Amino acid sequence: MTTLVYLIPVALFLGALGLSGFLWALRSGQYEDLDGAAERILIEPDNRP
Amino acid sequence: MSCCAPGAEMALEVAAAASAPLSSEEIKLASRSLGGDMRQTDLSVPTVHCAACIQAIEAALGRVENIESARVNLSTKRVSVRWHGDSVPPFFAVLGRLGYQAHLFDPEIHEKDRTLSELIRAVAVAGFAAGNIMLLSVSVWSGAEGATRDLFHWLSALIAIPALAFAGGIFFRSAANALRHGRMNMDVPIAVGVSLAYAMSLYETINHGEHAYFDASVSLLFFLLIGRTLDHVMRERARTAVNGLSRLASRGSLVLRDDGTREYLPVAELVPGLRLLVVAGERIPVDGDIVSGNSDLDCSIVSGESAPKAVGAGAHVQAGTLNLTGPLTMLATAAAKDSFLAEMVRLMEAAEGGRSRYRRIADRVSALYAPVVHLAAFATFLGWMAASGDWHRAITIAIAVLIITCPCALGLAVPIVQVVAARRLFEAGVMVKEGSAMERLAAIDTAVFDKTGTLTLGRPKLVNASSIDPTMLAIAAGMAAHSRHPFSRAIASYAGYSSQSSVGSVTEHPGFGIEAITGGSTWRLGRRGWAGWKARTGGEGKLGGYDGTVLSKNGNIVACFAFEDSLRQDAKAAVRQLKDTGLSVDMLSGDTANACGEVAKSLGIESFVPALLPSGKVEWIEALTRAGHKVLMVGDGLNDTPALRAAHVSMAPATAADIGRQAADFVFLRESLLAVPLAVDVSRKAGRLIRQNIAVAIAYNALAVPIAVLGHVTPLIAAIAMSASSLIVIANAMRLQGMAKAAPEGAPARCRSDVLDAARP
Repeated sequence: MTTLVYLIPVALFLGALGLSGFLWALRSGQYEDLDGAAERILIEPDNRP
Repeated sequence: MSCCAPGAEMALEVAAAASAPLSSEEIKLASRSLGGDMRQTDLSVPTVHCAACIQAIEAALGRVENIESARVNLSTKRVSVRWHGDSVPPFFAVLGRLGYQAHLFDPEIHEKDRTLSELIRAVAVAGFAAGNIMLLSVSVWSGAEGATRDLFHWLSALIAIPALAFAGGIFFRSAANALRHGRMNMDVPIAVGVSLAYAMSLYETINHGEHAYFDASVSLLFFLLIGRTLDHVMRERARTAVNGLSRLASRGSLVLRDDGTREYLPVAELVPGLRLLVVAGERIPVDGDIVSGNSDLDCSIVSGESAPKAVGAGAHVQAGTLNLTGPLTMLATAAAKDSFLAEMVRLMEAAEGGRSRYRRIADRVSALYAPVVHLAAFATFLGWMAASGDWHRAITIAIAVLIITCPCALGLAVPIVQVVAARRLFEAGVMVKEGSAMERLAAIDTAVFDKTGTLTLGRPKLVNASSIDPTMLAIAAGMAAHSRHPFSRAIASYAGYSSQSSVGSVTEHPGFGIEAITGGSTWRLGRRGWAGWKARTGGEGKLGGYDGTVLSKNGNIVACFAFEDSLRQDAKAAVRQLKDTGLSVDMLSGDTANACGEVAKSLGIESFVPALLPSGKVEWIEALTRAGHKVLMVGDGLNDTPALRAAHVSMAPATAADIGRQAADFVFLRESLLAVPLAVDVSRKAGRLIRQNIAVAIAYNALAVPIAVLGHVTPLIAAIAMSASSLIVIANAMRLQGMAKAAPEGAPARCRSDVLDAARP
């Protein structure tokens, strides 16, 4: 029982961390161009203006 | 093109069709102000599809003066350009030099998709809650007892609150909306089940009870939201793809003021009496009369006539027709809202289509299902009250019945099949606007085609190339390359087959033809009367199809060209396949009986009606509907649009007029007409799978309900039952992906005389 007192908050916190990470990514537009993101990794940053 | 094979995944061949350079005023009109003098223009570039494309476009646009930034979105195949200053930077020229064809995108369509982000957020929240509550529930089922169980239940109750509020809100709102309008939809039993399950579990938790259904209510929401999100993504993708096609209506026009100044006005501000300048390649913005200038007009999208019409001063022109060869000055006689286009929109709104009366399968099922389920739960409650007198027990069992019958599988049964089917069609270049379109398409028994632009390409093809002297053909092709006229393009396409001969100075005489002077001889390619001014009668007779286009040398006719509207790829095969599946195929056209007869004969269509007005097409379709037929209308022109709306279900090629594409339920992007039988086939298979899925879900409930009524359902059993039925339904839907093409059984086309009488009083 005593272990649960900190294990459950830890589990919930990690879950909430994942959830808020996802929501943040969604809000900052990282899901707007999934195909583009996959291709952009191939572009050399030096060539970008 | 800077990269790999173009259009590998979504061959937008049609996008290559004639697109005239846009004036900078038009671009400015379509751009969006971002405050200050900053503006954003969205372009649709259908051919971007790899990292090299992104880099080439962004780098090239970034170097242009006045462009702040350019960003490619590969998923939507769009480029948004931010720019400032008064003059519009030359995006189209820059993109054109790189080999990309761009279309202007409408600013109002650009609205961010709020529904999708709300759905995805809801899925995320519900997923988080379902996962954590399931974790706690498994501990309870594995034997957590006493204070630990109470703690777990309390935690579950807390976690479920945001999920219910946020994710459940979507269902609650929809259910409330349906009830307010006195209707029943799938969301009503969902909302009732979920909220009752939560309330009962909360009561149990407060009283240190053993069974709580928090996991059931939240995972139910999670599953259903997945189905709903998939459904939305599918429709959104189709919508974006359709909207990304080039617009065919003009946004504005150059107005000539009396004092000689020129001004670019949006179409909505054009009033009768204004003098407008329409250059070659632009569409006529409003109805009007030509004041000066000669040109050829492409009326195919307006009237269905395939041959271009030569016009001169005094001629009346209709909005929407394309000016092909020369600049025209016209006097507007009607405002945009009174023009031909607006007339079509009105006819379209008046056409009461089958779709407004159509109710989706899911809604029809739930209208029966929900009362049955609620009555069963209520009867269970009464039964247990009578048997045991223990109201707590009676309510617990009644709610267990509600949970086990909650239409989780039923809610997934329809959308999941439609998503899989839409995906298959998408891969074949067919966009589905909404799920109910597939249900309607599966029910049709008659397919009605428009001729020009649908069965045919609306583009003439040279038919007697083999009988023309190759040297003459080469000369003609060299000259024709300088013109935009459809006949010239048809001739120019033969340039590649013979050695390219260089032609000297070329001038185009709008409405007549092209003149070239080479080595002291005057060559003319064009109308017989103009080109062959010395010949009284031509050497060769008419060759059918279009006639009267000749090549002359110093006034003597040296070659005659015969054209025919070329059939759309696989049109014949498509018609045959449709007939083989038992549909009767009709053709309606605004073109002449002669032209229709030839096309109908070569395609094997027995019944066709020529020379129909737009309202005639609607009447014809309504007559068919009254005779008890379910009609699929396939058409592309403005004149087809009301008919598209009147039909039970409709399809349009991507080359169709804008409002036609908006009105149609399906839009096919590739040239091949086989898209039509494919869509019918996939829709029928999807319809079969949907019925199977609904049968599975109901059979499942029939099995589970007695167990629940007898009071043997624990939260563990409910969780297993719910997930298992959902998985079965999903697995069944996936079968569509691998389904082999079944051999369609033949059925003779019916006689159509009954309807013929009905439509032609």
